[in-house]
Amino acid sequence: MSGFLFQAFVYLAAAVIAVPIAKRLGLGSVLGYLIAGIVIGPVVGLVGSETQDIQHFAEFGVVMMLFLVGLELEPRQLWGMRNKLLGLGGLQVTGTALAVMGVCMLLGLSWSVALAVGLVLSLSSTAIVLQTLGEKGLMKSDGGQASFSVLLFQDIAVIPMLALVPLLALPELLDALHHGTDGSGHATELSLVEGLVGWQVAGVTVLAIAAVIIGGHFLTRPLFRFIASAELREVFIATALLLVIGIALLMTLVGLSPALGTFLAGVVLANSEYRHELESDIEPFKGLLLGLFFITVGAGINFGILFGDFGTIIGMTLGLMLLKAAVFWCLALAFKLRGSDKWLFTLGLAQAGEFGFVLLSFTVQNGVIPADLSQSLLLVVALSMLLTPLLFIIFDKVILPRLTEDQVREVDEIDTKGAAIIAGTGRFGQIVNRMLRGNGYETIVLDLSAETVDNMAKFGIKTFFGDASRPDLLHAAGIREANLLVVAIDDHERTTEIVKHARMERPDIHIVARARDRIHVYELYNAGANDIIRETFDSAVRAGRSALEAFGIHPYEAEKISTAFQKNDRQILYNLARIYDPDIPVTENAAYIAGVREAGEKERETLTRSRGRNKGAVDRAWLPPGRILDLEE
Amino acid sequence: MKVLVIYAHPAQQHSRVNKALAAVAKDVSDVSFVDLYAIYPRLDLNVDVEQQRLLDHDAIIFQFPLMWYSTPPIIKEWQDLVLEYGFAYGHHGEKLKGKLWLSAVTAGTPESGYGPEGHNRFDLRELLAPLEATANLCKMPYVPPYTLFAALKSENAANLEKHIAGYRLLLEALRDDTFDLDKACAQQLITGDTIKGLIKGKTT
Repeated sequence: MSGFLFQAFVYLAAAVIAVPIAKRLGLGSVLGYLIAGIVIGPVVGLVGSETQDIQHFAEFGVVMMLFLVGLELEPRQLWGMRNKLLGLGGLQVTGTALAVMGVCMLLGLSWSVALAVGLVLSLSSTAIVLQTLGEKGLMKSDGGQASFSVLLFQDIAVIPMLALVPLLALPELLDALHHGTDGSGHATELSLVEGLVGWQVAGVTVLAIAAVIIGGHFLTRPLFRFIASAELREVFIATALLLVIGIALLMTLVGLSPALGTFLAGVVLANSEYRHELESDIEPFKGLLLGLFFITVGAGINFGILFGDFGTIIGMTLGLMLLKAAVFWCLALAFKLRGSDKWLFTLGLAQAGEFGFVLLSFTVQNGVIPADLSQSLLLVVALSMLLTPLLFIIFDKVILPRLTEDQVREVDEIDTKGAAIIAGTGRFGQIVNRMLRGNGYETIVLDLSAETVDNMAKFGIKTFFGDASRPDLLHAAGIREANLLVVAIDDHERTTEIVKHARMERPDIHIVARARDRIHVYELYNAGANDIIRETFDSAVRAGRSALEAFGIHPYEAEKISTAFQKNDRQILYNLARIYDPDIPVTENAAYIAGVREAGEKERETLTRSRGRNKGAVDRAWLPPGRILDLEE
Repeated sequence: MKVLVIYAHPAQQHSRVNKALAAVAKDVSDVSFVDLYAIYPRLDLNVDVEQQRLLDHDAIIFQFPLMWYSTPPIIKEWQDLVLEYGFAYGHHGEKLKGKLWLSAVTAGTPESGYGPEGHNRFDLRELLAPLEATANLCKMPYVPPYTLFAALKSENAANLEKHIAGYRLLLEALRDDTFDLDKACAQQLITGDTIKGLIKGKTT
């Protein structure tokens, strides 16, 4: 137990210290994790061989990441990408594999080993690249989209590669392998397709994919509604995790890539109203696992071998990256990527990736690549991943500034009608949403009640399920990019929390908040809301106006009175909000009490209509000439 | 003729004359009456309803107190919104052609305050020229304003009674088609004193 706690402590401590420092220095979180790994592994020696096992576990972060990527991608968008996916991805994997294979054969390796090495090294690091692109907000750029297409294709390509690798086995290595592993034996993995003939395997595979798509489409909605109605957050998280792990398991059982399966599930759920909630639930797990993965990559670098053969290893790494970059450069030209997108695509993907580790150990197990070569290759893969953040830094600091100097600035495509986030779609938020939508503004509506979300859907109003008082959900809904936040929920403490958080996150966003009562108005004022609307005030004023009309006061006069009342009350509220102190109860706040009294006097004055010689504030403008003189005479 | 009285007074709680005139207009049978400030206290005029109202009548009477040599603001709003291009004027805009336009105005100052010698420097008829021009553009015959001067003077009680009674005569004559339009249009203004002479079959 203490051993486990110690390990967890070391890994977490390394991440907590290294990552913020790396980010502060502009190195990005990935490099931070890698450095943390190097420090606790080879440098200090706090962790040892267990990093291998942890790495297998942490690779699951990649699976989660692809699920999240899928969530962001609607099926229509994916279909629109098919040309890029097959064209770019296919050409890249074949091109790079052949190029690497050619170089290896020139260096004197036999063709089968050379091909295996080419396949291993043709893959790039989904984990590093998507994480970095996401951090830099480049996912939606042309370069980002192209990179994503290639990475997705690579993840799919791993499956046929796994099938191909055993065919390349070298007889002498296989013999050695069988002698060496005698007795220990491979743990039999669970499999649904073992012992089946070809067409049966194909059938089971198609069934599994259909299950993911159809189940994702039809079953998740009632499932999530049922779970959400229990109103236990941890159960919802557990469900989200169960979903991802379940799909990954199913895919593994039929011999497909779990990353691909969860990606598909993500795409299927991209239209779901639970999308943002799922995103924010899975996100932290993905982040931690990926972080852990990067740490293990850093920790796994074998400095003994590295320094033993420093020149060769570094040469191989740089050569590989140069070769990969060259292939990407040609593809970028062929697919007409321009300017910064071309460079992003070329530099971003020039490393080998985490699937390279998987393939490498697989090749060794199958006797395709000799163990000593694989040791060097492991280092090359790890080093190339270590160098990738540096390439991104070069992209940021060297290439981007030059390009922006050279390029004529393109026309701003800023959508003047920006998105509004509306938290809560009950009686209050609905009205706001209808008014914004009716005038062509984009809205993202969040609500905590699964029932409301369903009902809204029946009326064609797209609403996402989730608790807007959670910062991560606000993030997922796009608080960083939104132009407006309307907090329309009826829980006043949560409203204040949301406003506080949003204001901290975005000093410039406009916040319209629903307030329960006066005290809540003061709280929201302190929290930084721009427009604070009391939920019942306007309707109460209208009721008062109706009451005045019922007493025979002319509608236009009643209107003037209620407008004057409203204005005066708002002014009072504004004055009192500045005197209000959340730490002192209002009944003990002397300044506040004095303010209320003064306000009472002023209200009587405002509401006094012209009677006798008094000029009432309400209707003084319409007083006939001479009326006051007449009275004074 | 179908007669419509459009009444505008933003502070009826202070009104004496207009309140009495409005009561008369409501009292005369078969004359339509609307209080603009009562149906549109937030100035949110319903253009379709108001245009239909005009189409349903033949004589339109605007009853209002003179404020700063002009109408109360809601009548300007009404003009701006209801007298649409294509409806009241312009291409295909002859829907109001031939309907009478008549203003029923009360002025606080005595008649001596108007005209080149008066402290207001202009004739009342001159000051209401924008309404006359509006009626002209809408091809609506413009009847000289039915006017009460010195409406704020309390010593004017006799005159006031005459004006109110004359208003009833005016509305009834328009309704019964006994109003002598040609004779009226030859005059500068119509007052409680001259109204009787403009009704066919009545003698002064």
